[in-house]
Amino acid sequence: MAQPLVKKDDDRDEEADYSPFLGIEKGAVLQDARVFNDPQLDARRCSQVITKLLYLLNQGDSFTKVEATEVFFAVTKLFQSKDNGLRRMVYLIIKDLSPSADEVIIVTSSLMKDMNSRTDMYRANAIRVLCRITDGTLLTQIERYLKQAIVDKNPVVASAALVSGIHLLQTTPEIVKRWSNEVQEAVQSRAALVQFHALALLHQIRQNDRLAVSKLVTSLTKGTVRSPLAQCLLIRYTSQVIRETGVNSQTGDRPFYDYLESCLRHKAEMVIFEAAKAITELSNVTTRELTPAITVLQLLLSSSKPVLRFAAVRTLNKVAMTHPMAVTNCNIDMESLISDQNRSIATLAITTLLKTGNESSVDRLMKQITNFMSDIADEFKIVVVEAIRSLCLKFPLKYRSLMNFLSNILREEGGFEYKKAIVDSIVILIRDIPDAKESGLLHLCEFIEDCEFTYLSTQILHFLGNEGPKTSDPSKYIRYIYNRVILENATVRASAVSTLAKFGALVDSLKPRIFILLRRCLFDNDDEVRDRATLYLNSLGDGSVAETDKDVKEFLFGSLDIPLTNMETTLRNYAQNPTEEPFDIDSVPREVKSLPLVEKKAPGKKPTPLGPPPPAPTSASDAYERILSTIPEFANFGKLFKSSVPVELTEAETEYAVNVVKHIFDHHVVFQYNCTNTIPEQLLENVTVIVDASEAEEFSEVGVKPLKSLPYDTPAQTFVAFERPEGVPSVGKFSNTLRFTVKEVDTSTGEAEDDGVEDEYQLEDFEVVAADYILKVGVSNFRNAWESMDPDTERVDEYGLGPRESLVEAVNAVISLLGLQPCEGTETVPNNSRSHTCLLSGVYIGNVKVLVRLSFGMDSSKEVAMKLAVRSDDVNVSEALHEIVASG
Amino acid sequence: MEFGPFVKSILILDLEGKRVASKFYSDDWPTNEERRTFEKNVFSMTHMKNARTEAEVTIFKDEIVVYKFIEDLHFYVTGGEEENEVLLATVLEAVLGAIFIVLKKKVNKMEALTHLDLVLLCLDETIDGGIIVDTDAKSIARKATGVSLDPGAEELTIGEALKSARGQVMKALSGFI
Repeated sequence: MAQPLVKKDDDRDEEADYSPFLGIEKGAVLQDARVFNDPQLDARRCSQVITKLLYLLNQGDSFTKVEATEVFFAVTKLFQSKDNGLRRMVYLIIKDLSPSADEVIIVTSSLMKDMNSRTDMYRANAIRVLCRITDGTLLTQIERYLKQAIVDKNPVVASAALVSGIHLLQTTPEIVKRWSNEVQEAVQSRAALVQFHALALLHQIRQNDRLAVSKLVTSLTKGTVRSPLAQCLLIRYTSQVIRETGVNSQTGDRPFYDYLESCLRHKAEMVIFEAAKAITELSNVTTRELTPAITVLQLLLSSSKPVLRFAAVRTLNKVAMTHPMAVTNCNIDMESLISDQNRSIATLAITTLLKTGNESSVDRLMKQITNFMSDIADEFKIVVVEAIRSLCLKFPLKYRSLMNFLSNILREEGGFEYKKAIVDSIVILIRDIPDAKESGLLHLCEFIEDCEFTYLSTQILHFLGNEGPKTSDPSKYIRYIYNRVILENATVRASAVSTLAKFGALVDSLKPRIFILLRRCLFDNDDEVRDRATLYLNSLGDGSVAETDKDVKEFLFGSLDIPLTNMETTLRNYAQNPTEEPFDIDSVPREVKSLPLVEKKAPGKKPTPLGPPPPAPTSASDAYERILSTIPEFANFGKLFKSSVPVELTEAETEYAVNVVKHIFDHHVVFQYNCTNTIPEQLLENVTVIVDASEAEEFSEVGVKPLKSLPYDTPAQTFVAFERPEGVPSVGKFSNTLRFTVKEVDTSTGEAEDDGVEDEYQLEDFEVVAADYILKVGVSNFRNAWESMDPDTERVDEYGLGPRESLVEAVNAVISLLGLQPCEGTETVPNNSRSHTCLLSGVYIGNVKVLVRLSFGMDSSKEVAMKLAVRSDDVNVSEALHEIVASG
Repeated sequence: MEFGPFVKSILILDLEGKRVASKFYSDDWPTNEERRTFEKNVFSMTHMKNARTEAEVTIFKDEIVVYKFIEDLHFYVTGGEEENEVLLATVLEAVLGAIFIVLKKKVNKMEALTHLDLVLLCLDETIDGGIIVDTDAKSIARKATGVSLDPGAEELTIGEALKSARGQVMKALSGFI
């Protein structure tokens, strides 16, 4: 604030304890709410009681259903009062009480009256309240008023209607879409906020219509935009249009770039920054395009406002990931930010410098960072650690000073996440920089000597077990490992036993000594530790210096190539159904469930554009298996090999929504058609899909399971089964027609008429492709898996993929063509890179394991070439994969 | 709002990080418990900072937090990682400015609680379900105090009433608007 107020300390203490709501009690407030029922309303008193109720609600006090209903009914009485202030509070509390549907009906008429009031404040607020609490059915009644309100001459009323429209679009899009003429008119409004809200709503209504969005942007970028907020919106929409249209291939110009650039000279900082950010985020942005944005951001770096400095350095930090050279001009400004009061800004500055720095500046930077680390929060430290990790990978020669830095900070105080980030970084450096291995392992050993986190200790022990035996002197690690058996808790002790055993199995000369140590573990007081020791002692041979059997190694230390979540579900099912049969590990499905089903948006849900994605719904293929097993016709098809993701057979928002899931069995294919009827006035009966398989010669139809009835908005399935030759990945194209009997439904009673009419509805075609016969199954260590496969099964060939937009596109195309699981994050291609290697794995029908190595390269004319190497358990399958690529 | 600016929460906390009035517009914190935890985290990350003359900013678990302190009150506006922080700061200044006007320059915890109705109305007029309704402090304050929205009438009522105070208010406002 401009004038800091001088505070007297003794005054403060008394004040701090005072609050008008001191000792407030819900019961008493509910009692007070009785004044709402007085025949002579005391507006002031009523407002006070509402404030108290709002206070309780805001503090998170929960009202029981009965209490909320009572308060709500009492509040509705207050519509009799003519007091403006009180009415305003009534609006507020109705929104906060979020009444149920039957309660909404009580206030609807009062609110509708206010919506048509001559007082603008009543109109604006009644619209907002009513739209907040209403459901679809009521909306049709008030739609007419809302349309009028959108073009109301009072800007507050118009904005209220538009903002409500934005919310309603999430729940009842079909109604809001009918308002586009009015919204279009409001975009031309002279009132700045009305234009802003209208623009937001219009864009949302049209967002699936590229052409319309493009037209909207074209007209507005030439027209008048009245507020910085609307200008920001327009910049976002423009970026979207640019993303979708791409660069003009002849001139190399980007449409609308000039508009973005002109926004860099806008007078509002909000707009300048939005434009600079948009330019830096353009895909494949050129240095020429970047320069003006970087210049603007550089100016913001020395702004007196922390928010602007933060915004600029955060954006430059992102740019540095892809265009480090473009940011180097800002390095001097950036270095002065290391001492910024705001540590978020300082951290971002440091990490940017780490990304743009060259080999010679590393040591100087590290010195600055060491001083800086002590006074920032763990969150920021993690960011710095990650930046140092990538720096080290960039300049492997500098590993010594960077590794030292990491080991130093590992010894200092810090929380779990921070320590984990450091450990992860050291592990990655050990993996990628062979020279760093021995010193890195010793740093980790020292760390577990005094590590309070069980999880980290066990992770490091596991890693030691894999890497330690391969070093020049494995024996020096044994002391650290055995110390764990003496000093730590049971979990760590058990991992230490496994690590010891690995050394024993891999280093023959150490075996006798390891056996002595393992025998001591037989007296541990924990079951798991003793069990492990016993297992290893019995399977590793007799303790003499001899090579351990390959099968034993594989059994004890081989990686489990089954996804753990699948294992968990299967085990849980097994435990639920007591049986004499032993658990069969082959019964665990191997498919990685990475693609959650597309779920319909739950009505009433507020949009969370930037929040985390919703938790994945329970596994789709489990659900499929359950559905299919209930259908007797399909019972003899055997075990389900794979279910595809749903393929949409209708456009969005048509009368009937249908998608298909392809279920692959050994000899059969079952198509599951998921149908939804979106017309409330119709009931569909006897629904089947007529499939024309004339372009899928190897398939012959063997069964149909019709759907008896399909009421409004209740998804249900119908199935069609085909037989196909075993072992061959038959492909083909299928044309589909939905056939059904339609009956009219009286929406007021929900009853259907007796007589129906037969009708058909054309669906889109779909294909069964080779990828449908391949399961996505990941492997944890691709190199090990690759090397353990017979090199004779390897088939290598090269392919030209023609000109492509980017390498990302080419990589994704091949991955989806093959339907394999990308391993070790190799599906992500760094921006603008010219070559990339991608590792894939999976299981081919007939349970044949397949591994694929893809090497891509792109030349200056954007021609992409690819080398495909396949290894599998069966040479024929290796060849089959090449055929897929050759024909795809 | 896939593209529009979206405000995820506005928090007004006291010196101990306790809630004076907070609004949550995102589903990220469905229960009061999660909301309290979020407030606690945001508070403990920021309360030692000096955010009295200029709005400060930080990022916390993919959440941009813009904040400013006045007397014994801590004001926060938060948005997603992709949000324009300058825009969030504008929202913060709008809320502050409006509350400054409706509390007649006396912005502190006691005044805010005594006139909680006005504070809540200011929030209600600034953000509706995460969407920015208005960023003009004066207009927000005018709507919150319930004076008629008819531009002609406004000059007579609030104009008169605030005339004496306005000079000072504007002088103070110019410091942070």
